[in-house]
Amino acid sequence: MTSPVLSEAQQAFLNRERRHRRRVAALRLLTFVLFLLIWELCSSYEIINSFIFSSPSRVVLCFLQMAADGSIFLHTGVTLLETLVSFFLVTAVGLAGAVLLWSSRSLYEVAEPYLVMLNSLPKSALAPLLIVWLGNRMTTIIAAAVSVAVFGSILTLYTGFRQTDPDKIRLILALGGTRRDILTKVLIPSSVPLLINSMKVNAGLCLVGVIIGEFLSARAGLGYLIIYASQVFKMDMLVMSIVILCLMSAALYQGIAWGEKKAGR
Amino acid sequence: MIPKLEVKDLSYSYHTPEGETRALSRISFDVQDGEFLAVVGPSGCGKSTLLSLLAGLLRPEEGEIFIDGVPRRESRAVIGYMLQKDHLFEWRSILDNVSLGPEIRRSLTGPVREELRTMLDTYGLLPFAHARPSQLSGGMRQRAALIRTLALKPDILLLDEPFSALDYQTRLEVCDDISTIIRTQKKTAVLITHDLSEAISAADRILVLTSRPARVRSVLEISFSPEYDRPLARRNAPEFSSYFNLLWKELKNP
Ligand SMILES: Nc1ncnc2c1ncn2[C@@H]1O[C@H](COP(=O)(O)OP(=O)(O)OP(=O)(O)O)[C@@H](O)[C@H]1O
Ligand SMILES: [Mg+2]
Repeated sequence: MTSPVLSEAQQAFLNRERRHRRRVAALRLLTFVLFLLIWELCSSYEIINSFIFSSPSRVVLCFLQMAADGSIFLHTGVTLLETLVSFFLVTAVGLAGAVLLWSSRSLYEVAEPYLVMLNSLPKSALAPLLIVWLGNRMTTIIAAAVSVAVFGSILTLYTGFRQTDPDKIRLILALGGTRRDILTKVLIPSSVPLLINSMKVNAGLCLVGVIIGEFLSARAGLGYLIIYASQVFKMDMLVMSIVILCLMSAALYQGIAWGEKKAGR
Repeated sequence: MIPKLEVKDLSYSYHTPEGETRALSRISFDVQDGEFLAVVGPSGCGKSTLLSLLAGLLRPEEGEIFIDGVPRRESRAVIGYMLQKDHLFEWRSILDNVSLGPEIRRSLTGPVREELRTMLDTYGLLPFAHARPSQLSGGMRQRAALIRTLALKPDILLLDEPFSALDYQTRLEVCDDISTIIRTQKKTAVLITHDLSEAISAADRILVLTSRPARVRSVLEISFSPEYDRPLARRNAPEFSSYFNLLWKELKNP
């Protein structure tokens, strides 16, 4: 264990580790800067066609223009809202569905083939159907996003419940507990790491579902912006939307990781 | 005198699509109040099945179990059940782990919590009340599991190889500790073990089972002179090795 005075070898090891971490961080940054620089130079010396390939400065310019009239915040906000709503729905429905399946063996055995089929169905095929059923509304997009993630989420959590150590369940029963106690005192707490992992996956899948939905039916959102930009050949706007999407998905992931850390304490 | 625990012609089979496994066949024995009974038998013979039946986790197919003369299912007696692994929940502190029983039975009041703290103190675990199970050594964890079992003030304790996951030295110590705790609290206990020395050092009587389906092969009375009261002391008693040989022969001879 750690002694108050570090040995020389331990100190040297720590120094090496620190140097290594710093180098990785520097190289990451350098890769990014280099990429932007080459892209920028290539387009300004007309090695690539900047009308098609855009360039970092044009992307920034486009962002500033759209920030000035506020439209970019509207589109980003709409996509974020749809993603968050569908994410919470998927998490809630996923957990509730898994509990329901666990509560009845027959229910699970009846539902299983349907769930597996729905889970492996390419959900983009459902989106046009949802538009006809639900109309050209935000609800449609949220439904599309939920459909992408929810079946996998139910199956993952259910499998996790089933893999709980049977002796832990016997322990609760031996202490006089009911099925409800098994659920609240063993299954759910022991599935927290699984739940968080599935949340990380779901956040990404919901974003995919929202973008698919916005491609097909929307008047706002980053997905809409991407389709619109590609149709009128505003490549700066298109690339900018993709960059914002990258940032959004990274932020969602980090948000869950942060929540995980807080919950772990 | 009515025995604390009485088992009459108990039989049990497991049913799976692959077939039927007969685990217990017409088992009968009894345990007096405050007595410490050890159960030994070949591996896979049905010892854990027997405890599950006593604990009420399985229903007997045939035969009956009485506690204080009352059929098991009507009895209000509390039965404590301790498994081979401690199964402390990593997401709970030690104090919350030992409170699990009262929490489930909705009897976790201030005084009960205080009592649990006292018990943790008695067994040297109070400094770890708010620690996670993984911060404890194997022996400490098993002691915490015992406190969790004792928290409901059971009339009968069922122990399914509770020491076998520990290393040899810890096992001797923890077995000594736990048997002494059980004796001072005058609990009735049934201990399953595959370690013959453990059975001899802890028990008042030893029930020897046959291989599967388990039947009662014999019952061995164990008594040591009073100076050899603790399990560790018993191992040094002159009678120890003769009991060991007796038990060894019981298990070997078909
Ligand atoms: N849930 C189950 N379904 C089917 N068969 C089972 C089940 N549990 C146990 N068995 C079988 O019943 C027999 C007795 O099992 P049990 O666990 O009671 O034996 P044991 O004496 O405790 O064994 P060990 O010495 O390994 O602890 C074994 O042959 C086992 O394969
Ligand atoms: Mg066993």
